[in-house]
Amino acid sequence: MTVAEAVETVDLASTPLRDLNARLHAADVAPRWRVLNPAGAHAVAVGLDADVEVDVDGHVGYYCAGMNKRATVRVHGNAGVGLAENIMSGRVEVDGYAGQSCGATGRGGLIVVRGDASARCGISMKGVDIVVCGSVGHMSAFMGQKGRLVVLGDAGEALGDSLYEARLYVRGSVGSLGADCVEKEVRDEHVAEIRELLQAAGASGVDAGGFRRYGSARRLYTFDKDNAGSY
Amino acid sequence: MCGIVGLFAKSREVEDHLGAHLGAMLGQMADRGPDSAGIALYREPAPDGMTKYSLYSPDPDEDWAALGEAEVHSSHAVVLLDDADAERLLAERPHLQVVSAGRRIEMFKEAIDPREFVARFGLDGIAGSHGLGHTRMATESKVTTAGAHPFSTGLDLCLVHNGSLSNHNRLRQRLRREGIAFATENDTEVAAGFLTWRLREGDTLQAALERCLVELDGFYTFAVGTADGFAVLRDPIACKPAVMAETDAWVAMASEYRAIAVLPGAEQARVWEPEPAQVYVWEREPVA
Repeated sequence: MTVAEAVETVDLASTPLRDLNARLHAADVAPRWRVLNPAGAHAVAVGLDADVEVDVDGHVGYYCAGMNKRATVRVHGNAGVGLAENIMSGRVEVDGYAGQSCGATGRGGLIVVRGDASARCGISMKGVDIVVCGSVGHMSAFMGQKGRLVVLGDAGEALGDSLYEARLYVRGSVGSLGADCVEKEVRDEHVAEIRELLQAAGASGVDAGGFRRYGSARRLYTFDKDNAGSY
Repeated sequence: MCGIVGLFAKSREVEDHLGAHLGAMLGQMADRGPDSAGIALYREPAPDGMTKYSLYSPDPDEDWAALGEAEVHSSHAVVLLDDADAERLLAERPHLQVVSAGRRIEMFKEAIDPREFVARFGLDGIAGSHGLGHTRMATESKVTTAGAHPFSTGLDLCLVHNGSLSNHNRLRQRLRREGIAFATENDTEVAAGFLTWRLREGDTLQAALERCLVELDGFYTFAVGTADGFAVLRDPIACKPAVMAETDAWVAMASEYRAIAVLPGAEQARVWEPEPAQVYVWEREPVA
């Protein structure tokens, strides 16, 4: 085994979480990590800012991979509330489901959820790309400003409420559209964009032409008393 | 914030260690609610004609033995009484508070740290079919033993709650007119009272909880225990967290997965987040 292939293994059953995160924040951080027995712990692998890969074996609690920069974090289990909150760049993947507010306020990077994501997925997203292979819950992409949300399953109620310029693609049904969110025409450039995101997410077997596009009607950007009932 | 936990045994092994499992779950939720802790366990039914009373005494030197056969857990005792004896004893000792009453329910709660609660109440030795627990971070009313969860307002019924209700004062007035008694100004007690009223009026547990979606204003994740079952409901906005898991041996719910991670076989469990405004019910064969 070469040095580059060596994997640092940390067992959270015997190592305090702060030790793990401190080692991941070190200037000379090793490139590959495996985390065992997370047992639903919060804040696993948060605040990374390095070209590292972290595999977490098991379910994590809140805020896993929050504020992620450059790193790749894979959760081989489920994730609780606030997965990859405010992600800046890099990649965060979860094999199971993601709890509420997945990718909230994320500015860049890619989040891939193999299962379902719960309510408020991509709330206030500001540039992150999110691909959900299952369905998303209510109020997803609320106030989304930038970035793309691709949902292979269904979306819950009030999708894209008060949306700015985030682009939403849903393959299944939509419970309802939120205030100022409308369905828009799918042009070739959108199919190409979906194809690229599916490929990046490792879901390239899915037909990129089978999605509908939703975006902002741009009626609520600035306050207008005629729209007071929509706020 | 508050933390809630629930466990429904599907195997003898889990039944035998129900108290230990619930105690471990409760300990994991201590950070979510350090003010108070409480637990309700459903155990062997009382003999015909008798009711199990879970009583709390503020007196550390309470003479429980004088009440008959009492199983003492710290400041609480579980006593088997018939209706006449219960009425007489409670009149004689007005300082005693009835925490719960029913054929199967046993309930303890105290305004102390949840980890201390688990140790002090000796939960490890308690067997049972299902149970609920709560760790409290008070928002709506005082930090007292009476204000701790679970709340029980009717025979064998109890409720734990994460969230807060906005229309509890008006609803309490209405329920009092329906003959439901309340011991505190707490919002959660009103939700328990509402369920007691609906079940008394003939609703199923499922229907009573669906009615909560219409009549309760506020946010909530509820776990509800009855003599035969266990139910979970989240409000339509679902602000308050909940996670559920099931194996061949148990069904569990908690505010966070880490409370479920302590159960045997949790890594292999089917884990999901309950949908908003959807009632989840597990019931065993009714007690004869």
